[in-house]
Amino acid sequence: MTQRCTVVLSRGQTIHPDRQELEQQLVSQLARDDRCEVLVVPHLYDLDAHGPCLGALRELEGDLIVLAWLYPRATRWILDRQGIRGTRGRTQLDDEDPRPESEPLAVAPADGRAGPARRIYCLDLRRYETPEPYVEAIGQIVPGTAGMAPAETGSLVPVHSVDETVKRRWYPVIDYSRCTNCLECIDFCLFGVYGVDEADKVLVELPDHCRKGCPACSRVCPEHAILFPQHKSPAIAGGTLDPGDLKLDLSSLFGAADDLLGAKDVAARERDEHLLIAGQRPVGTAAPPPEPPPPPVRPADKKDDLDDLIDRLDALDL
Amino acid sequence: MSPVLIFRMGQFEAEFPTDRSYARNHMWAQRRGDLLRFGFTAYAVRLLQDVYFLDWGVEPPAELQPRQEIGSIESKKAESALFAPIGGVLTAFNGQLLDDPSAINLDKYGAGWLFEIRGTDEGLLTPEQYLEHLGYVWPVAQKTIKGQLNES
Repeated sequence: MTQRCTVVLSRGQTIHPDRQELEQQLVSQLARDDRCEVLVVPHLYDLDAHGPCLGALRELEGDLIVLAWLYPRATRWILDRQGIRGTRGRTQLDDEDPRPESEPLAVAPADGRAGPARRIYCLDLRRYETPEPYVEAIGQIVPGTAGMAPAETGSLVPVHSVDETVKRRWYPVIDYSRCTNCLECIDFCLFGVYGVDEADKVLVELPDHCRKGCPACSRVCPEHAILFPQHKSPAIAGGTLDPGDLKLDLSSLFGAADDLLGAKDVAARERDEHLLIAGQRPVGTAAPPPEPPPPPVRPADKKDDLDDLIDRLDALDL
Repeated sequence: MSPVLIFRMGQFEAEFPTDRSYARNHMWAQRRGDLLRFGFTAYAVRLLQDVYFLDWGVEPPAELQPRQEIGSIESKKAESALFAPIGGVLTAFNGQLLDDPSAINLDKYGAGWLFEIRGTDEGLLTPEQYLEHLGYVWPVAQKTIKGQLNES
């Protein structure tokens, strides 16, 4: 008997009505086809490793199609972290590395942690506002399924929903296809988030020791292997291309100064801020690993318009 | 309601009550005893539009440096990190907003307040000074927004 395919819908974190509407439409369209199970869970990133949702996900056999408000790369490595592994399946929506679906790339990292033979397809729900492109992509993955049965004749499959109370979490997710185990992240993070396993392979050992909002270790990783799936910068959140409706980032208008700094300076400043919040002493860029002296933070020739405006305001002696 | 000053953002008329001070990062400040209560100005809310999520990265009481990143906000069309408007001790967040941030849109100068800080008025602007500040930053904001829209 062939393993059934399961569509996992990972719900959004916010009360965004458009997002909730899309989720509902997807569930009702997918429920019309009996060749796919549908499992609805809260946002994957927030799930408790020992909670009922990840328990249910680990028990699933067969291919997985995971719809989440995340970059596919982030979804994949969040699942990997929780021991839910497989071969990366490709879809027509996959623009990370557009190869045909028949050439799957193993999710398993080079350290030989091979996953089962099943495939895991990850789709980013931020790309389209309507269910149709997703339903069509699912139809390509499982020919003849998903939304093609007319509503009046298709028998409804039960939609399983596993609930658990979740809070927004914040922790790094390692992309082991990029990680070279250089351990710079262990040296840089002063909050004890990282550790190594029995084989001395780096892992996110204490995710909840991570400081909410701090992506500093991701900036110092030479391989860009550390993801913070909820960070507003696509490069840190696991994206390569912007999803169609990526939101405007207004941080520079509300007081951010990051654009003027290099990645390592930003990382050191972020770490200092979070050390202060944690009641510890800031260490600047001098902390391990040793860094060359930082360039001037705000070279006079690198001012932007906002700086000029602020300077003019300062000159007004308000 | 106290008299208001108006700043035009295109067709939109943003209103600023004159019974309080303003911070350059687009928050209003109102003194309550030894505390200052902060919230978003009409300018900030107009840029954000419908707010769907608000998240704080510090736990009160917390010592804040000016411009320290303290949280993030997500709206229908935008997201932003949030920064401390002044230095001081953050004493409380508006807990009502954490479950449902819609008061930021419905009553930004009242029930939609964000947090309270024990600190001084140093660096805060009068309503008139804030409007002058907006005169400088609004063209930059339009350019920033257009630039991001063109990129994607």
